[in-house]
Formats: sequence, structure tokens, C-alpha cells
Amino acid sequence: MSEQQTFFSNLKCRECGRLYPKEAIHICEFDFGPLEAAYDYDLIAKHINRDVIASRPQTMWRYRELLPIDGAPTVGAQVGFTPLVRADRLAKHLGVDELYIKNDTVNYPTLSFKDRVVSVALSRACELGFKIVACASTGNLANSVAANAAAAGLTSYVLIPANLEKSKIVGSLVYGTQVIAIEGAYDQVNRLCSEIAGKYGWGFVNVNLRPYYAEGSKSMGFEIAEQLGWKLPRHTVIPMASGSLLTKIHKAYKEFIKVGILEEQPFSVHGTQASGCSPISEAKKKNSDIVKPVSKPDTIVKSLAIGTPADGYYAIRSMNETGGSAEDCTDEEVIKGIRELAEYAGIFAETAGGVTVACARKLIESGKIPRNESIVLCITGHGLKTQEAIHGHCGEPRIINPSLREFEALIANDAAVLQAQN
Amino acid sequence: MPIQVRIPAPLRKLTNEQELVPATGANIGEVLTNLNTAYPGLFERICDESGNVRRFVNIFVNDEDIRFLEEKATPLKEGDEISIVPAIAGG
Repeated sequence: MSEQQTFFSNLKCRECGRLYPKEAIHICEFDFGPLEAAYDYDLIAKHINRDVIASRPQTMWRYRELLPIDGAPTVGAQVGFTPLVRADRLAKHLGVDELYIKNDTVNYPTLSFKDRVVSVALSRACELGFKIVACASTGNLANSVAANAAAAGLTSYVLIPANLEKSKIVGSLVYGTQVIAIEGAYDQVNRLCSEIAGKYGWGFVNVNLRPYYAEGSKSMGFEIAEQLGWKLPRHTVIPMASGSLLTKIHKAYKEFIKVGILEEQPFSVHGTQASGCSPISEAKKKNSDIVKPVSKPDTIVKSLAIGTPADGYYAIRSMNETGGSAEDCTDEEVIKGIRELAEYAGIFAETAGGVTVACARKLIESGKIPRNESIVLCITGHGLKTQEAIHGHCGEPRIINPSLREFEALIANDAAVLQAQN
Repeated sequence: MPIQVRIPAPLRKLTNEQELVPATGANIGEVLTNLNTAYPGLFERICDESGNVRRFVNIFVNDEDIRFLEEKATPLKEGDEISIVPAIAGG
């Protein structure tokens, strides 16, 4: 593969199809439709196949032809290729035959799927000559922009709602980024960033670099297909904030089919939200494509609390096209979901992961996901980042003195011992 | 003090690169129609063929989304500030 060969030709409006140059622009001047990278799939099909991909390093960049940068990646070259784990104990617990966890809690370097999008956005930012990069974030994106910008020597500003989890704030500050906390909800942060993005000539990863940023999410879909042995799961369950990740996993599956890496096969993508902010799920359940914004999101799942989801319309279309469903769950169910994933699969997810597990259970119990078909749950961020959410919900350590007698008194008839012996 | 409208970067070609323009009108719909007289083409960028605000456009009056108010019928008074903001991605 020539590093300089370019496989993406333009940006293209998703609404009207008008073509734009590959610059730091993100919406169509004529209808405000989002711009998306347009690729030369015939050329890509000639360059990659299963063997070529399999021979490359195990990172998201093994799918480089289907990601929108011109040269070799310069930021986040080690990101991705997180484990796809077969979770038989959790499968049994949920009453299904074949269940996998796509475990982006261990994505490099900041323990969430956002490292994927940031790797693409900042690599592109360098190609376009930006010296300052920035983002609006509910936490994970800020962590990833801060870390990857630090490694690449870029100056960064991250704008977040002031009420974020402490770990997510510290997890940005530590990299020496400029953290600006806004007294307001994420949607207000978003709006402010949209207004300042053009003004300062910065590369805002989810504003003017959004067409590049968003494509990074496809790598999660490519990896799932490869790690399952070059086939698609029948069902993929995906958390939704703006709805972008779901549309990009759908796109990844379709692109693998388009360039001949996979054969045509049936698959469904299902979207999950927290009930305290579920505009996409509500519209989908009403069989509507009009996403009614939520003015005051109210949920512990801050990473999904976007009241005005930019890709809601397209997420619904992806679910409709693939026969998928949407579901939402209460904060109580989120906590239960986090604990089930930890206790039955050994994976500690942040609140969004709890949403995905809890909603998957509902989709299974309602028959929307048949029990005998393969399922992948996309788990997108690590639980250490949102510890506040489950504090006090998973017991307390039992404290004793350093005395054998006290230990023996405690362990006699201890439930865990009895259970292990049975 | 007249109503002020904040124009997003992608539409500034139509307003001679002005970021903030004055406008008149009793509600959002009227302001958009009147703006089109001063800056021809602006209306059709913001509204579709049936005159509804396009799916990916957010309009705010003094920081409140008009979808939580009365949409295009949202009444305006002197000194109000209107922002036209494209929808942006998650984070």
C-alpha cells in the first residue's frame, strides 16, 4: 500500500449529495445537511482483502483505506483492535446462546471508543495544519482529545458541562489541556462550540472536523466483523447519544460488503438510551423519524445525555433499514446492568455500558432479539470513569483486625465459600 | 434596540461575512422572511420547500430552542437575540 495514495475523494452532503473539498467544514451551505467522507470504493476493493488486512498491525489503522485521511496516521497509531470477548456466563444469565462483548473499556490510550474518532480527527487536523484542537464533550471525548493532543504536541481546549463526573474532569486536566467547564447542559456546550469553532480557526474535532471524526467509529464495526471470523453478528446493540456510533457501525458493515470483504448477510443494529434522555428511542418506538429534543436531560448516564441528537434521524433510518429496534432503561436498571456485566463477564463498564446491557435484556425478553441468534454488545467506556454512579450500590468491604480468629469467625458459613463448594 | 440575528459561518457568504445582522418581525417566521429581502437566498437555506425549518437547523431565541417555544410562531420583542446554529455531533 502506498502511504500517500488517497482513497477518499471529497466531502459529500448526506442530504443533497453536493460535493465539497476535503477541508475543515462540516455542513452543507445549502441545506445544513451533515457532510460525510466520500470514498472511491472500486479503488479500495482493488487494494484490500482479508489477507492484506490480517497481515497488518492489530490497530484500527489496519482498515486505513476506509478512513478519511490522506497520508499515514500521525496521531493515535496504536488505537483500537480491542478484544471481542465471548461472554458465555452472561449469555446464560440473559438466556441467550451466543453473546459477545466488544470491549472498548480497554481502548488505548483513554479507555473509551472515543480514542478511535480522535485518532482520525487529530491525524486529519495535522494534515490540515491546525496547531490548536478542541472539542465539546460529555467527558470521554475530552479525555481522548487531551491525551492524544498531548502525545502529538498539539495545544488543546476541551469544553465540558461543569457537572461532569470528577474522574472525567481529572482525566482531562492531567494531560495539561485547557479545560473550560460551562454552567449548562451538554447541548449548551455544543451550541457554544458551534458558535466559536469558526471564529478562532481551531480544529474542533466534533464541529468543523466532524466528517473525519465521525468516520473513526466505523473501525469498531470493522473489528467486530473481522474478530467474529469475517462475518457479521446477527444483532449489534449500540448505545446512542447523538446516534453517530450506531450509524457508523451500520456503515462499516455495509462498506465491508461493498468492497467484497464480506458477503451479503442479514444483520440488525439496535440502539439504546437512558430513559432520562431518550429522544431517539422515543421517536423510534413511536415509529416516527421526528426526534423531539429533550430540554433537560435527567439521568446518571451523562455520556449519553444529549437532548438534541444530531444524528438521531439517521440512527432511526439505520435501525429501520436493518430491522433493528430501540430501547431505553431507568437509572436503576443502568446500575443493575453495570453489575451484571462485571459479575458475569468480568468487565467494568461506565454508565453507557449499563444502558446497553439493560436494554439488551429488554430486547431479548420482548423477542426483538431471538435467543438463538448471535449478539454483540458494544461497551464503549471504562467504569473507573463514572465510579460515582455505582458508589454504594455494590456493597462495602468487611473490615476486621489482622487476627486469624476474626477471619475465621467471618468466614464460617460465609455465603461465597458455600457457593464455591457447591 | 432591534432584534439581532447571529449568522452561522456557512451562511455568511450571503451576509457579506457579517456575523450579527439586525432584523425586524413579530415572530421567527417573519424575521426569516424579512431577512431574505436583505440577504436573498437566506430563507431557502434555513427552511425547506414547505417553509418548515430544516431538520439540521437549530434556532434559538435568547438561548431557548424554538422547538421548546412556539417554533416559527415564537413571538419576538425588541432586543431579542436569535441564533441560527447547525446541529453538531456527540462527544
